[in-house]
Amino acid sequence: MTGSDGRSAAGRGGLNQPPVTSSSGFAHTTPVDPNKPKLPGSLNVNRRLSQWLRFNADGTVEVHPGKVEIGQGILTTLGQIAADELDVDFARIRMVAASTPASPDEGVTSGSLSTQDSGSAIRHAAADARRIFLSVTSQRTGVPIESLVVRDGAFLGPQGEVGSYWQLASAELLEVDASPDARPKAIEARRQVGISTPRLDLPEKVFGVARYVHDMRLPGMLHARIIRPAARAATLMATPDAPEGVQLVRDGNFLAVLAPTEWQAEAAAARIATRAMWSVRDTLPEQAQHAEYLREAGARGERTGVLARDEAAPAVARTEKRSFFRPFLAHASIGTSCAVAQWAGDAVTIWSHTQGPYNLRADVSRTLRTTEDKVLIHHMEGAGCYGHNGADDVALEAALIARAVPGVPVRLLWSRAEELGWGPFSSAMLVDIEADVAADGTLVGWRSNIISNGHSGRPGRSPIPTLLAASQLEDAFPVVPSINPPMAGGGGAPRNGIPYYRIPKLDVQTTRLLEMPIRSSALRGLGATLNVWSIESVLDELAAAAREDPVAYRLRHLEDPRAKAVLQKAADMCGWATRTKGEGWGMGIAFARYKNTGAYAAIAAEIEAKERVYCRRLWVAGDAGEIVNPDGVVNQFEGGAIHGASVALLEQVTFDRRNITSDNWDGYRVLRFSEVPTVEVAMLNHPEAPFLGAGEASMAPTIAAIAAAIHDALGIRPHALPFTPENLA
Amino acid sequence: MTNFLLNGAEVSVEVPDGTSLLHALRGPLGLSGPRFGCGDEKCGSCMVLVDGVPSFACTLGTEAVSGKQVTTSEGLGDMAAPHPLQAAFLAEQAGQCGWCLSGILVSASALLAANPDPSEDEIRLALDPHLCRCGSHNRIIRAVRRAAQEMRV
Repeated sequence: MTGSDGRSAAGRGGLNQPPVTSSSGFAHTTPVDPNKPKLPGSLNVNRRLSQWLRFNADGTVEVHPGKVEIGQGILTTLGQIAADELDVDFARIRMVAASTPASPDEGVTSGSLSTQDSGSAIRHAAADARRIFLSVTSQRTGVPIESLVVRDGAFLGPQGEVGSYWQLASAELLEVDASPDARPKAIEARRQVGISTPRLDLPEKVFGVARYVHDMRLPGMLHARIIRPAARAATLMATPDAPEGVQLVRDGNFLAVLAPTEWQAEAAAARIATRAMWSVRDTLPEQAQHAEYLREAGARGERTGVLARDEAAPAVARTEKRSFFRPFLAHASIGTSCAVAQWAGDAVTIWSHTQGPYNLRADVSRTLRTTEDKVLIHHMEGAGCYGHNGADDVALEAALIARAVPGVPVRLLWSRAEELGWGPFSSAMLVDIEADVAADGTLVGWRSNIISNGHSGRPGRSPIPTLLAASQLEDAFPVVPSINPPMAGGGGAPRNGIPYYRIPKLDVQTTRLLEMPIRSSALRGLGATLNVWSIESVLDELAAAAREDPVAYRLRHLEDPRAKAVLQKAADMCGWATRTKGEGWGMGIAFARYKNTGAYAAIAAEIEAKERVYCRRLWVAGDAGEIVNPDGVVNQFEGGAIHGASVALLEQVTFDRRNITSDNWDGYRVLRFSEVPTVEVAMLNHPEAPFLGAGEASMAPTIAAIAAAIHDALGIRPHALPFTPENLA
Repeated sequence: MTNFLLNGAEVSVEVPDGTSLLHALRGPLGLSGPRFGCGDEKCGSCMVLVDGVPSFACTLGTEAVSGKQVTTSEGLGDMAAPHPLQAAFLAEQAGQCGWCLSGILVSASALLAANPDPSEDEIRLALDPHLCRCGSHNRIIRAVRRAAQEMRV
């Protein structure tokens, strides 16, 4: 079953397909030519070498990835791959932030796919560039190509240096499509990949140097703030006059202010918010009956098969039925969404911390009812991004506001209440599971239905723009309920919904809601945050019923040796076999392979139950395939585990019938320093294996391990997130 | 007109009454280190030192720092002459997105000024006003301990 589930599911045609998909399952706006030989990663749809690499006469190399820095350190990783393959010192690498229309279109920086998509492309492009430059040098000098070696960008023959990348920098040698015949270095020849190179972006962040889009200061720049509707469903009836020196911008229910300074804009927005008249309606479900709502709305939803399997199996001795619920989750980035926009004639330039410049361009141009060539997107970093947050929304809004002041740059910043209240959320979910066991306790059958809103409302994937303001304009676009990416791209709600264990009879289904009172989209792990926990919780119960150790029970149901290796490693790290139990303390262990095709993670958690549950220690064992930057991967696995602990213990979006009410840090709690567990990470390196990604693998199994530890401490199996005293009662 | 010492230099700034120190620092005074996160004293992104005491610049009126010393992360050190904390944060690669770091650095510098050898629990307590969403907490704690050790030598 290993890794094969995705394609069979896609073949059933049950899940919503984005309009255009690449080989990795991700939407690009650039079409793929099926008649050309397949090239690695995103090189397949961005074949010209000059899109990716540029040598400068000053001895530097520009690398132009289409993937963007969202706090995960990807620019450093990609730079290492380029430097290694070209044999140049890392200090010569200049990573250029993505922008339209020049950068390669690599879709969205998401799904833990950047090293696969971009790293594979850059490795191949750099190998091809190296081959081309050496070949030209050989022809010009007569030195056989086999006799040339590259040392920090210089080409050395038997008699010494005969050329360099820099000498040929102006020769336009990269104005060709990449050849499928380029051969990257052998594993043993790699020098810079596999080294913990310090992050390129960190020094400026530590010294407070202007780096984020929030720090942009353009001459004559005005500051904008938005006045949000008084409810999710609201119609603006009347607006007061703007204070002196402040300009009001209105289009339907979209209302904003423009002022020369931030404090003027903020004060004016606050003043207008208390005086604007809205007609409001109740459209949100009752939070107290949220699980029931999901079941009821699911009955009106779209139910599809994810994977069915019917193989010979021992007789069923017993069937267990369980249901699990999780609430809406917020991105809760520490910085708020921001963009700068400036119009020139009928074209607009936007500086944005978007995850997908081309996808953003598509939706902005659709909303503005113009063509894509009239929208230029430049990526600039923002605060940490864990999925589809407000970055794209604020970019469109900045463009809408800046249209009122042609030629003038406008900086729009969201408030904390907007960030926690108006950005897309990760959908609440409910899963019903039936598990069949044989007389000896072996798991032989699994049926589930995963009920949820769609997990992708990203821009650029539908003819109707999905950005927040698009549905608020005078000439409004309809709100289209979010979709699920295809299983070949990891799926949305059913992501990790197919147990990675050997089960002869299986029927996993998913139900997508066709109504969307609260806007949902992708957040780290997507459906995995519910699915991994629910599967692992049932496995723990079945192991206990069979009087087997949970680790041993999993090992005998796993077939993939790499899965077994990480699980065994986590068990060894935490001293599972010899653990002792203190009063109020508990330990649990869980495993998942992200998307069933990506990185492996096994987590052991130790918790202390006091007036509420605290997670004190986490042990993380991972396998991300070939590792480019070991410390970077550890950082991602560690961060994901802490994110998981925060989701497990604290996080939930709250709402009344009109509004999100958890729109401040008291309402939406995340772990603070005094509550954060210590984390020990061990990665099993496989330099011979493909990249498997790193950012999302550890989060979901951390939630599952904490749930298991709670049972160990308190004898309670949690069935609703977060694991608060109310939900454990 | 409010006069104060900003990172050791005398500055004068004229902003309307009630304008927050954060807006003054990021606006007319041109700094990028102090950052907006919530405007509500809940995340620490805007933290600066006022006469050595960690203070939320998002809610503090600019006029309140008249005649006082204000220190931001830019005032701790720069690439040419980093503060031991900044060097330690780089050595430990203590960060991901970096948004929280400016505030955490100034709070940590106040902690080390008062307590040259803080325990892990004391560091966690001192940094509790700060949110980090990327999960770099343990690296940050290690970096503060490393800096403390460097500064004691």
